[in-house]
Amino acid sequence: MIKVENLTKRYAGQTAIRDLNFEVGQGEIMGFLGPNGAGKTTTMRILAGFMPATSGRASIAGFDVFEQSLQARSRLGYMPENVPLYNDMRVTEYLDYRAALKGVPHRRVAERVADVKELCGLREVERKLIGALSKGYRQRVGLADALVNEPELLILDEPTIGLDPNQIRQVRELIKNLGRQHTILLSTHILPEVEMTCSRVIIIHKGRIEACDTPDNLLGQIRQAGGVVVEAKTGKDDGAEELKKISGVREVTTDQDDDWKIFSLRVESGLDVREEIFRLAAARKWTLRELSQRRATLEDVFVEITHSNQTEMPT
Amino acid sequence: MRKFYTLLAREVRGYFHSPIGYIVVVFFLLVTGVNYYFQISFMNQRPASYSVQEAFFNNVFFWLPFILIFPLITMRLFAEEFKLGTIEPLMTAPVRDLQVVLAKFVGALVFYIALWLPTLLYFAIFQKITQQPAANSAGAYCGSYLMVLLLGMFYLSVGCLASVLTKNQIVAAIISFCAITLLFFLGLIQYILLDVSGGMRDWLGYVSAIEHMATYSRGIIDTRPVVLYLSMTALMLALTYQAFQSRKWRL
Repeated sequence: MIKVENLTKRYAGQTAIRDLNFEVGQGEIMGFLGPNGAGKTTTMRILAGFMPATSGRASIAGFDVFEQSLQARSRLGYMPENVPLYNDMRVTEYLDYRAALKGVPHRRVAERVADVKELCGLREVERKLIGALSKGYRQRVGLADALVNEPELLILDEPTIGLDPNQIRQVRELIKNLGRQHTILLSTHILPEVEMTCSRVIIIHKGRIEACDTPDNLLGQIRQAGGVVVEAKTGKDDGAEELKKISGVREVTTDQDDDWKIFSLRVESGLDVREEIFRLAAARKWTLRELSQRRATLEDVFVEITHSNQTEMPT
Repeated sequence: MRKFYTLLAREVRGYFHSPIGYIVVVFFLLVTGVNYYFQISFMNQRPASYSVQEAFFNNVFFWLPFILIFPLITMRLFAEEFKLGTIEPLMTAPVRDLQVVLAKFVGALVFYIALWLPTLLYFAIFQKITQQPAANSAGAYCGSYLMVLLLGMFYLSVGCLASVLTKNQIVAAIISFCAITLLFFLGLIQYILLDVSGGMRDWLGYVSAIEHMATYSRGIIDTRPVVLYLSMTALMLALTYQAFQSRKWRL
């Protein structure tokens, strides 16, 4: 659906993205992650045909986004960051206008606009001026606009930014449902959201793709994959020293909570050391009150990838 | 074509969605109405060799509001879209750049024509009350309103170009105001500098809006200004189109 080859964009004096290569297949929900300024919006704008790349190629459904821009754009629903809208139009009026602009056949406009209003929960504000809507509703108008021409591909730039937790949950459900019929590329900062909705994830940092895989594989890849939390009374023992001796344990940090010591262990990925910790505690007569494995999250992946690269950069 | 009409309808409605449209209408009709009243009062005091309609289109109270309305009409066209960021959803919809530029220009032109239509009433009311013609001939009406249209097209296209160059509406208004005023005053040079040579004088007369209006409002329809204003409008719109497309240049 999306094919990106050696895509590079340079602004005056700085390179926003360099040599991006990726593909998004039909029906995939692709998450696009990266710190602020990593080049997510730039990439999405190029794909949406809003600006050209300096070099490289990108195509949507086989149409080059620059050379065959009109064909590419007519297969696309794009929701820009911060959702710019005409504040002086009413919701229905705006969606009618957008539907006509995107070439929805005349007799289907009313039906499509009614559908997307229903889908995005805009019924109760349909006659309001867009300028009078709250952030959450504006976001939904943007989403309804992106959906109105039943595009094959949806590109959503931070669709949940500025929403409250309930709205985020609603939008997430909506995106999941849409993923059944549409291909979706979405960028976000909210990592649990990506874990829940996306079938694949691209992590972009300083204009380069650092990782591109399914969320599960990414979690498996990272070095600091698992962690174990142990809370115990160790008596005279130091605790940390003994725990470090267990094979597979890379690092132990200790916290104190009254008499209890809280150890956070970093463990090599794929290993479960809880059984050995229990035996150690039994042998040393420690009192255990917690022994739990912490699952690595995408946040760990994100931090590891983007952080380690920051420290590498100066060299 | 349907996309063009969709864009055009939004542009025209946009004028009536914002207070600017109403402010321009009120300001314009007020000043031209007062101008009309003054002209009739003057003519009441002494015999005149010209008609009410000629007097209305050829004096400073006509030109002053005339020049002022163009920056007000055109300043928001592109600048507002750039400022609000609505240019992004607009240009990621499957529309051509040329459709957008033309829809904005024609939208401004439609508003401009709507602005002028009520002034026809001035003449109708005059004839109704005095039982006398306000103009010497039907051609005089045609000529003066044709010149209003031609000048309007040219100055609106200058305003379009000014608006596409910036995302600040005030800056757009200042650029177009300065440009239109300069163009207008070119035609005044011959009255101020009495020693301009014959060739120069001819050239200045050829671009003088005041001269054109004086000729046309007598019902004399010269084709030279038609060529001048249509070609200049086309040039300004071509420049606007290029400037609008420049965001797509591969630099």
